Amino acid sequence: MLSEAAFRRPKGADKILRAIRELELPPTRIMEVCGTHTMAIAKSGIRNLLPAHIQLLSGPGCPVCVTPSGVMDEVLKLTEIPDLIVTTYGDLMRVPGSVPGDDLQRRKAMGADVRWVYSPMDALELAKAHPDKQVIFLGVGFETTAPGTALAVLEAQAQQVANFSVLCLLKQTAPALRALLAQPDFRVDGFLCPGHVATVMGAEAFRFLPEEYGLPAVVGGFETGDLLAALWQLLLQIKEKSPRLENEYTRAVSPQGNPAAQAIMAQVLEPVSDVWRGLGTISESGFGLKAEFAAHDAARRFPFSPTDKEGTKGCKCGQIICGQLQPHQCPLFGKACQPDHPVGPCMVSGEGACAAAYKYQRIETLL
Amino acid sequence: MTNDIVTLDHGSGGKKTSQLIEELLVPAFSNDTLSQLGDGALLDLQGPLIFSTDSFVVDPIFFPGGNIGKLSVCGTVNDLAMCGGQPRYLSLSLLLEEGFPLDDLRTIVSSIAQTAKQAGVEIVTGDTKVVERGKGDGIYINTSGIGTLRYPGLSPEAIQPGDVVILSGTMGDHGATVMMARNGLLEGSSLQSDCQPLWQLAKAALDCGGVRVLRDPTRGGVATTLNEFTENRPISIELDEDALPVRGAVQAACDLLGLDPLYCANEGKLLAICHPSSAEAVLAALQATPGGQEAAVIGRVTDRYPGKVILNTFLGGGRVLSKLTGAQLPRIC
Repeated sequence: MLSEAAFRRPKGADKILRAIRELELPPTRIMEVCGTHTMAIAKSGIRNLLPAHIQLLSGPGCPVCVTPSGVMDEVLKLTEIPDLIVTTYGDLMRVPGSVPGDDLQRRKAMGADVRWVYSPMDALELAKAHPDKQVIFLGVGFETTAPGTALAVLEAQAQQVANFSVLCLLKQTAPALRALLAQPDFRVDGFLCPGHVATVMGAEAFRFLPEEYGLPAVVGGFETGDLLAALWQLLLQIKEKSPRLENEYTRAVSPQGNPAAQAIMAQVLEPVSDVWRGLGTISESGFGLKAEFAAHDAARRFPFSPTDKEGTKGCKCGQIICGQLQPHQCPLFGKACQPDHPVGPCMVSGEGACAAAYKYQRIETLL
Repeated sequence: MTNDIVTLDHGSGGKKTSQLIEELLVPAFSNDTLSQLGDGALLDLQGPLIFSTDSFVVDPIFFPGGNIGKLSVCGTVNDLAMCGGQPRYLSLSLLLEEGFPLDDLRTIVSSIAQTAKQAGVEIVTGDTKVVERGKGDGIYINTSGIGTLRYPGLSPEAIQPGDVVILSGTMGDHGATVMMARNGLLEGSSLQSDCQPLWQLAKAALDCGGVRVLRDPTRGGVATTLNEFTENRPISIELDEDALPVRGAVQAACDLLGLDPLYCANEGKLLAICHPSSAEAVLAALQATPGGQEAAVIGRVTDRYPGKVILNTFLGGGRVLSKLTGAQLPRIC
C-alpha cells in the first residue's frame, strides 16, 4: 500500500496540471462541499495553478459556517445555566452569535464552564467525572461526526449517565446539495464529493448527482495527489459530456460506506427539518435524537429555541456558502473581518472558505 | 519530610517552608551562592549582561522528553543564548497548589538540577509559594536568568536579502507531543518533546561568524517567529516546503489534531539567519553539535514580498505564511 506521503507529494503532479491546462473547456465551475477540501485546496495552491477558466468553489461543507447566528445565540445562552459544562469541538469556540465578539471563548473567559474536546466520548467521560453537573456536548458536523455523536448517546444510555446530553446540530449533506441545485441562479458543472462523508455513507450516496441532475461527481481524498486526480476525472467527464459517479478515494471509501456507523446513526438519529445559513430551512436536512433518547437530548432538556437570524449586516457568508461569491468579493474580507476578529463563521472556522482564503493567501495577490 | 503532598504550611514561611528549601531544593541545586540562603544572591559579574525571564504553565506537567522543570530551565537559558549570552545564573520561583504530590515535586526539582547542570547555569536564588487547592494547576514555575554577552550585535535589523535561513532540526516536536499528551493519544507513539538547552548549538553557530540573528521558535512555531523578523521591514523570507524537516510522527499527530508543524512550538531548536558566505560553515557546525544533527537550510531572505514570509510549495507557486492567529484550535473532521 502506498503511504500517505505518496499522495501528499505525488509524482507526476506537474504532468496532471499540464494536461488540465491543455484540456479545452468552456468556463467551468467545480464545487466542493467539505471543509477539509476547502482547506486542502487552499493549502495546496492548486486553485492558482489552474487556468483561469476553471473555477473551484466552496459549497456548504463547513458545519460551523452553515450554522446560523440565531443558533449560536441559543448555544451561548446555555452557558449561563449554573452547574453546567458545555463541551465542544474547537471549531465552535470562536463562532460569534448575532452580537460580534460574543462567542464561547469569551463566555469561558467570563467564567462559564466551556471545554473543548476531540470526541463526544471525552465529553461523556467528563460527565461521569462530574456527576453533580450537567454536561452538554455540542454535536455539530455532517455524517462524519454523526456516528461518534450517536455512539456517545448510546453509551450514555447504556451506562446510565443521566447528566450527559447532546445538543444535536448535525446536518446531512445531500439535502443541502439538492437545495442548492434547486436555486434558480445556481450553476456548477460538477461536484468534488466529500471523502469523509463518503467514508461513512458510501460513494453511492452521491449517485443522485449524475442520475438526477446530470452532473459529474467524483469522490475525492484530501492530499494533493487525491485532489489532482479527482479534478482530472471531473474535467474529463465534463469534456466528454458523460456525467457519472466516480470514486477516486478508494483507499478509504467503499460504494456502500461503513455499515456499522450507519447502523448506529439509524438507531439513534432521525431526519429533522433544519435551518442553514444561506439556504434557510430545509426539510429533513438535519439529524435529531429519536424520542427514546429524549433523556440525553439537550434541546428537550434545556431552553433552546433557535432563530434563523443570519448575523452581521454586510457579512456575505450566506452567499459564499452557496458559491455565489468568492471570499475576496465580500466587502468585509480581510478588513473588518479577519481571523482574529471574525465577523462571519466562514472566517472563524478552520474550515471556512474565508479563513482558507485568508490563511493561505497566494503570493500573486501581493505583486 | 513525612507528608506526601504539598500543604499550605509549605508556603507559610515557617518550619515547613524551611524544611522544603533545606531538604529538597538546596541539596538538589548545591552551590555556594544558594547555600548562604540570603534574601538575594551576591554575583560577581562583568558586563555587558543579558537578563531574561519566563513563566511556565505547561499542561501536562510531565510529557515524553521532559517536564515543566526541564522546560523552565531551557526556556530561560535559551532566551539568553539567542541573544548571544552565555547563561550563568538562574532564579527559580515555584508556585505550588495545595495537594500537589511531593514525589512529583522531587522529580521536577531533580530535572531542574540536571538541566541546569547541562546548561552550565547555577540556580542562586528562589522562592516558593503555595496557593489553596483549586487556585492553581498543580505547579507553575518562573525562572529568570542572567547571561554574559559573548556575541554582541545580533539583531533582526542586520538581516539582508540574500541571507540564508537555517533551522537546527525538526519542527513541531514539542507542540505535537504536548497536544497529543493532553488528549491521551500518546500510547504507542514515538513522539518526544525536543526540550533542550541551546547554548552549545548557539555557540557553535556564532563561532562561525556571519550570523545575523538567532531565535528559538517556541510558541507560534517557525512561521510566527520568522514573521517577527520580516514585519514592517523591506525584506521577505522564502521557505522551501521540501526542505522543512518534520518527523513522520509529528506530521501524523498534526494531521490527526488539525495542526500545522510550522505553527507548533519547539523548545530545543534555533533559527539562525546568516550571511550566505557563512551558511555552509554554520550548517556544518550545527550538524556536528549534539542536538543539531538534523539542521537544514530551509529558506532564503529576499526582497520580493516585503514584510512577508512565503512558503514555496513543491507543486509550484507560493503562499503567504502569516503569524499564528489566536490558539491553534482543533478541527471537527
